[in-house]
Amino acid sequence: MTLDLDLILHSIPAALRGAGITVMMWIGGGLVAFAIGFLVALARRYGGGWVRWGLAGPVEVLRGTPFLIQLFLLYYGGPFIGLRLEPYEAGFLGTAIYGAAYFSEIIRAGLEAVPRGHVEAATVLGLTRTQTVARILVPEMTLLILPSSINMMIILLKETAVLSIITVPELTLVVTAIGSAHFAFVEALLLLALIYWGIVEAASALGRGLEAGLARYRMV
Amino acid sequence: MSWKYFELLALGAGVTAIISALAIAFGLAIAVPIAAASLARNRLLHRLGRSYISFFRGVPLLVQLMLIYYLLPGVGINLPSTVTAIVGLALCTAAYQAENLRGGFLNVAPGLIEAARMVGLGDRQILLRIRLPIAFRLVLPAIVNEAILILKSSSLVSVVGVSELTRMAQNLSTSTFKPLDMYAMAGLLYLLLNWCIAGGGLGLERALHWGRR
Repeated sequence: MTLDLDLILHSIPAALRGAGITVMMWIGGGLVAFAIGFLVALARRYGGGWVRWGLAGPVEVLRGTPFLIQLFLLYYGGPFIGLRLEPYEAGFLGTAIYGAAYFSEIIRAGLEAVPRGHVEAATVLGLTRTQTVARILVPEMTLLILPSSINMMIILLKETAVLSIITVPELTLVVTAIGSAHFAFVEALLLLALIYWGIVEAASALGRGLEAGLARYRMV
Repeated sequence: MSWKYFELLALGAGVTAIISALAIAFGLAIAVPIAAASLARNRLLHRLGRSYISFFRGVPLLVQLMLIYYLLPGVGINLPSTVTAIVGLALCTAAYQAENLRGGFLNVAPGLIEAARMVGLGDRQILLRIRLPIAFRLVLPAIVNEAILILKSSSLVSVVGVSELTRMAQNLSTSTFKPLDMYAMAGLLYLLLNWCIAGGGLGLERALHWGRR
């Protein structure tokens, strides 16, 4: 078997465009996922009994079923309940919802890991609950959840490859399409694997740098 | 939803369970030498082990599966798609399991090893009777976790044409035109399988608890 190196070189520009979509889906979906996860975690901590139970179920289901099944439900099942989404929209929404379930658990654990004493001290000093959350809980939690959040973001980055199955024109779809057009699957897939490997390694290095840079602010 | 569809989905769930179980078992078998290599003092072995782990953890499973699916026939190895799928899943989970094994191996309390040495056990005996059994017990929860991840990831195998749960749901939703029902039912079956793994894992942990201090 010989590899068609020319094809690999020629497909780099198209691959970079696909990589742009991948990164957009990843960062955009990830940020929205984090925001929803944060709200869910707060609601589960301060909400009433039914809020807690009402949110625990969906989180369990989202964490217990494959991302692909969730995407299929959203993209192919959605129209049957009046939810007609473009591949982009379904992909973005799917990534955000899937990620939110995991982030809500990470943030919940982070909130619980902030020492009770710090929260009690804030209350004694006369801070309101909103102030306690905004000035004590959230800053301390942010540093505590940094490693697992970085880990989750990297998992999410790799999960975006699945979006190709519901025809979002991201990296995987673009490069495999080149592969089938030129009947050079192995070359295309090798290139694809290398690009992902590069992005993931870069993201990990960035995460490690961020952790090291923020380490001195840790209070617990 | 008619009973016939449920039966087909349950059949798919069975295939999913078998593929995942085999992938986890083979993955563990592959993970042992990789963990050993990544712990080795030999520079080259260490590099090889680390590169394996970095590559398989750094590339999406979907891409790995497609790569193996097209690469193997290219180098003259023709396997049924189910076998290719198991190989792909096993190679991927091996990287994660190797990392877990490495962690477990490094976390065996040094006092236990010193005690074994004092009692007069040789290096080989210490490895086989002290280090490995304790390391295995330490990583068991992580392996159960990995089994759940692999069960979910095995849905990607549908892309290379294996008739497991996701593929079955896909086929049924095109033929019945009821994707909502089919995928919801498939999701439920995945949840059920996951609960089984989680429960079985807890039971195994308890069973292995003997002699623990």
